[in-house]
Amino acid sequence: MAETRKELLLRSIFRRNPIALLVLGICSALAVTGQMSTAFVMSICVILVTAFSNLTISIVRFQIPNTVRIGIQIMVIATLVIIVDQVLKAFFFELSKQLSIFVGLIITNCIIMGRAEGFAMSNPPIASFIDGIGNGLGYGFILMSVAFVRELFGSGSLFGFEILKLTTNGGWYVANGMLVLPASGFFLIALIIWILRSVDPAQQEKS
Amino acid sequence: MNYLNKRFLELKPLFDKGGKFERWYPLYEATDSFLFSTTKSTTTAPHIRDAIDLKRIMITVIIALIPCTFMALWNTGYQANLVLAELGNLPDGWRGGVMGLVGIDPHSLLSNLVHGALYFLPIYLVTVVVGSIWEALFNLIRGHEFSEAFLVTSLLLPLTLPPTIPLWQVAVGVSFGVIFAKEVFGGVGKNFMNPALASRAFIYFAYPAQMTGDQIWTAVDGLSSATPLASLAQASPTDPLAALDITWLQAFLGTIPGSLGETSTLACLLGAALLLVTGIGSWRVMLSMLIGAVVTALLFGLVPDPSNPLYAVPVHWHLVLGGFAFGLVFMATDPVSAAQTHTGQWYYGLLIGFLSILIRVANPAYIEGVMLAILMGNVFAPLIDHIVLRANVNRRMLRHG
Repeated sequence: MAETRKELLLRSIFRRNPIALLVLGICSALAVTGQMSTAFVMSICVILVTAFSNLTISIVRFQIPNTVRIGIQIMVIATLVIIVDQVLKAFFFELSKQLSIFVGLIITNCIIMGRAEGFAMSNPPIASFIDGIGNGLGYGFILMSVAFVRELFGSGSLFGFEILKLTTNGGWYVANGMLVLPASGFFLIALIIWILRSVDPAQQEKS
Repeated sequence: MNYLNKRFLELKPLFDKGGKFERWYPLYEATDSFLFSTTKSTTTAPHIRDAIDLKRIMITVIIALIPCTFMALWNTGYQANLVLAELGNLPDGWRGGVMGLVGIDPHSLLSNLVHGALYFLPIYLVTVVVGSIWEALFNLIRGHEFSEAFLVTSLLLPLTLPPTIPLWQVAVGVSFGVIFAKEVFGGVGKNFMNPALASRAFIYFAYPAQMTGDQIWTAVDGLSSATPLASLAQASPTDPLAALDITWLQAFLGTIPGSLGETSTLACLLGAALLLVTGIGSWRVMLSMLIGAVVTALLFGLVPDPSNPLYAVPVHWHLVLGGFAFGLVFMATDPVSAAQTHTGQWYYGLLIGFLSILIRVANPAYIEGVMLAILMGNVFAPLIDHIVLRANVNRRMLRHG
């Protein structure tokens, strides 16, 4: 095996981040990063789904006929997503309402498909499981960073607790309405990519 | 001057390649070219003699903006003085101190200009200082030379802002515009969007309370005075013009509340004349944007909507209200972010003219649609150019087999 388990877990956070380097999973990274709490729950969901879909697919990888492998991967992922969605609805109804359709849309998150096809199909189960967790963490890292800036400067709070007192509540901080709009996620992700590629020039594309 | 020039030439080796202060060469070059004409000359043929360079272009645009800047000073002071003279008191704070010396009088040129300057100059200074710091930072890191382009951007932006805008918001806005619309794409000449407009759009979306509404257009605290476009959006759909308390001539001359330098169509026309005579502004863009807007406004006039008064606003009013004239003359014609091909410029202008009126009329939430329309046009400009070029290539292939 090329990488140690520790490397498998950590490489996807900075060195090979699925959002910043591969630019996958952008859609949900824009949609659910308005608040830390939704971003956090979304990250947990994606970590779980990626890890277990990688594990499941890796276990049955010799049984999957090559011609229908994508369909089978989708089946596994969809099943896991539905389980996660139902658990959220049962125990965290408020949060699941805020995340609305985006939990269901984890099915179409390219990171999960990408790891299933690109890693789990050709690696043993434990390594695949760790790789899934690592990629989920990388996704979560970007989500939480973006949500941190957006919630702090857009709504003056973190996880719903007031940090900067807003002028609308008699405080001093004027909320930045731009950061409440999902489009601001683009700018923040771009900044993160900029920083990551400046720190680690190996990530820069060859021109 | 001679002495200065000598000192500069003496210092030059320090900043040249291998010199002690090589890193600071852009700063040296900027000061040098600001003070003196260039010492560089071409050594081999062909020699093209042309009086126009980037510096000359930018300075011409700034000269073209003088009428608008003058109106910004005068009209801002005039609007505020009108209200204050009626109330009979001085403005609060430090401005009151200065105005106490000059006196509040809407009929006095000096009083109006001074009062307007008290609002315009702080905004302008913040724009210049904050923008130049970012510009200098990027130029020094990348070793680019400074250019005069930012002088234009830094004058355009304040002219599109309301007089009451908080200065820190101007600073945040201009930082965003310079970094995201210009520097990340490689600096001067590489921006695909107009940096001044990008700054304004950022402030517009980030702090809508200070950029829209009725409270911000006259530089007197807490005074509610809707812009003509806002009044029209609230008017009765059968006869929207009845809601206006201004005449068309007032709107044309610009003696109405609004953004600092955008109110006067006449001032914009004077600037347009200079840009057209010198050939710096593209007449194709200006004309086609005008045609696009006129046709769209006429079409809306044909299908009146009983619930939306803006449908029935006549064409000649559309052209003098809001930032339309200013956008047409100074923003859409920006040589970097506009379409480059001649045919493309027609489509580009038509698109912006059409979108300006469409956004203004069909979506009264964004009555200032010109800004969004031009940004949209900027985004589509490379695509338009690409299609025009491909079409030309295809035509020639057919012709010559």
